[in-house]
Amino acid sequence: MNKPKEAWITGIGIVSSLGEGLDAHWDALNARRVNVDEKRFAPYIVHPLAPVSFDTQIPKKGDQRQMEAWQRIGTYAAGLALDSAGVKGDREILGRMDMIVAAGGGERDVAVDMAILNADAKGNSAPGFLNERLLNDLRPTLFLAQLSNLLAGNIAIVHGVSGTSRTFMGEEAASIDAARIALARVESGQSDITLVGAAHNGERTDLLILYEFGDFNLKDKFDPVWARDKHSGFALGSAGVFLVIESREHAEARGAKPYARLTKVVADLAQRKQPGAVTKSLEAMWSGLGVTADNGALISGTTGVEPVTSEEKAFLKGHPGFAVRATGTSFGHTLETQFPLGLALAALSLSRGALFPPNDPTGLEVEMAKPPTQIVVVGAGHWQGEGMALVEAIK
Amino acid sequence: MTAPRDKFGRPIVVVTGMGVVTSLGAGKTDNWKRLTAGESGIRTVTRFPIDGLKSTMAGTVDFVTVEPYSSTGLTERLADIATEEALEQSGIGRKGDFPGPLFLAVAPVEVEWPQRLEVGRAVGKPDFDVNDILAISGGGKFAAYHHRFMFGSVAGHLVEKFGTKGSPISLSTACASGATAIQLGVEAIRRGETDAALCVATDGSVNPEALIRFSLLSALSTQNDPPQAASKPFSKNRDGFVMAEGAGTLVLESYEAAVARGATILGVVAGCGELTDSFHRTRSSPDGKPIIGCVRKSLADAGMTTEQIDHINAHGTATPENDKMEFVGISAVFGERATQIPVSSNKSMIGHTISAAGAVEAIISLLTLEHQRIPPTINYDIPDPAIPFDVVPNVARDARVTAVMSNSFGFGGQNASLILTREPI
Repeated sequence: MNKPKEAWITGIGIVSSLGEGLDAHWDALNARRVNVDEKRFAPYIVHPLAPVSFDTQIPKKGDQRQMEAWQRIGTYAAGLALDSAGVKGDREILGRMDMIVAAGGGERDVAVDMAILNADAKGNSAPGFLNERLLNDLRPTLFLAQLSNLLAGNIAIVHGVSGTSRTFMGEEAASIDAARIALARVESGQSDITLVGAAHNGERTDLLILYEFGDFNLKDKFDPVWARDKHSGFALGSAGVFLVIESREHAEARGAKPYARLTKVVADLAQRKQPGAVTKSLEAMWSGLGVTADNGALISGTTGVEPVTSEEKAFLKGHPGFAVRATGTSFGHTLETQFPLGLALAALSLSRGALFPPNDPTGLEVEMAKPPTQIVVVGAGHWQGEGMALVEAIK
Repeated sequence: MTAPRDKFGRPIVVVTGMGVVTSLGAGKTDNWKRLTAGESGIRTVTRFPIDGLKSTMAGTVDFVTVEPYSSTGLTERLADIATEEALEQSGIGRKGDFPGPLFLAVAPVEVEWPQRLEVGRAVGKPDFDVNDILAISGGGKFAAYHHRFMFGSVAGHLVEKFGTKGSPISLSTACASGATAIQLGVEAIRRGETDAALCVATDGSVNPEALIRFSLLSALSTQNDPPQAASKPFSKNRDGFVMAEGAGTLVLESYEAAVARGATILGVVAGCGELTDSFHRTRSSPDGKPIIGCVRKSLADAGMTTEQIDHINAHGTATPENDKMEFVGISAVFGERATQIPVSSNKSMIGHTISAAGAVEAIISLLTLEHQRIPPTINYDIPDPAIPFDVVPNVARDARVTAVMSNSFGFGGQNASLILTREPI
């Protein structure tokens, strides 16, 4: 095989509970701002989406109506990323731009579900009852808002990204693999330019129920993510993050300015039935990553649920010189979006020549005075899937 | 010996194992026999009440059962069956130790009605709301439902059972998912990352809500009686697709690795093409450009011309729109040959296996190459004059077939085409 091509991150789009765009996020992180809502879904805590005017990236109201919140968040963030890369509206490039989206599914119509469950519990469940209710009460557009690949579909329709379109699923791991495959395709020349990212709406009772089945939700009291030893759980967060990844030669040919280099992405599926499997997996991935300094920076998507958070802490203890930042404290847990969020903040930090400050009372996160040249991004899913990336400064 | 690389210098990707399950049966032998006999696997649904439904038939796989029932559970079981058959044929690796990654096409997952109703009944008081559901959801009683209804759960199971390497990729490109899984495997082998890939596509999601959702989009046939005649691709009186279940697994290997271990080569994935349609969420661009571009990309990727394609395994869903647009696309690329080349739709017999379709139909295309016999498009009694394809009407046909194009087009603007050949080109 030919020498791998260098891959640059040339576009970043972020919208989250902290706001939208790079400046707003940089300011919020430097101010150690956290935006949680402890009341709306009490006792559950969520990081709600900051107010956003969707019209600026999704101009047609008709398009907005065809989407549920998670798709609007993602389509919005994708638009920000294309703007940031300077390719918005460039039909020639967008027409051959590849896209890999990491997606979950859409929101259910909880009112419809609850009415059916109540009728069923009262014994009103004759054969065909469920059919009748669903036929009468489901909206046709809801199905399209629920289909995982329709975030990509909406990005194609609204922004014209229409080279190839692939949607990966599988919670946190989906976006690690999306970044991994996007990088592999750019490095090998299978793609010149790829849009990669994810979106998550954390303000959903149907998701709270799903994660409550596994006792994963953070309840009653907000704590920073490393300080949840006795009170574990994740607070769901709303966020959309997209990145434009392209070959250096493609970027240079069009005069695009890079934020950072995406050097490596690795992923694993540790067999977690064995205690310590995640720690071992992270250590194995680390050794193949190409980290050169022993006092660099690391952005973790740690969830705050156990036992995986403790396993990640055990791994981090082996690298005490690293300045660690957990996105979970500031953004909550955004499932598929957590890894691209880490990549985005790594690229942003490298481009600004500084790591944002710690936000952690436990002391695990320490100050970093010097400008980072490499940032490691770590993701370990709440249930399965692990991965790591190396993002580097471009001099 | 043929060079292990194609004309673009990439490793040639071959198929060394295939497994298939559809409503016609489990395994290649049964499926091939019944497909070439023109039999339909479509029947009236018996799995759940059909009262009030506009479409009451489907290609359900009723001979496989899972306890407790869920679509995701059935999806997983169908993948197991197809994969066991493919690995048995391929003889690659060791039991539980497949030497490459997994690419899995699977339907999006969500909590399903039997489980949702069970949780609702556990609340134990009248007029409850979602907070009452939340209050009883934790504590471990329903922990299994978290695991079952993770999007990554089927892949996690397959990794554990078959020992694929690395992080498995679960994907959805709607009705093109099966083709995308194959494409991802081809790309990984061409990049030299691996010598083998396990590409699985599976769908067991015929349940009331899924049927109703597609009904609400007016996508399904309502010609319920007789169910076997409902799926009428390319016919003038076609009125929608028929939902179906199934799974297909392909073991892909580099030609070099397959030859080195003395494996039997079943066919070659010579080319893959993909192009997004940004026109509409459920409809194709009226000018057909994305389909045309997709088909051209697959030919270019294979380094082949239309003259070298002997047969098209159509997407052929039997929706009024799809079949018309497929003809528009094919005729624009193939010119006059579009009406001469045999174009058949397996969906006339097995229905639309949605996430699995691309892989199931790639396998049927490879069986077509192996047997030199083209399965028919059944239920073809009233030709649509606007679609003058040679659809291999109703009866299978012996033919010389060296290269097949298999098309998949899906909601969300997903278009994918594969070119499969018997021998390396």
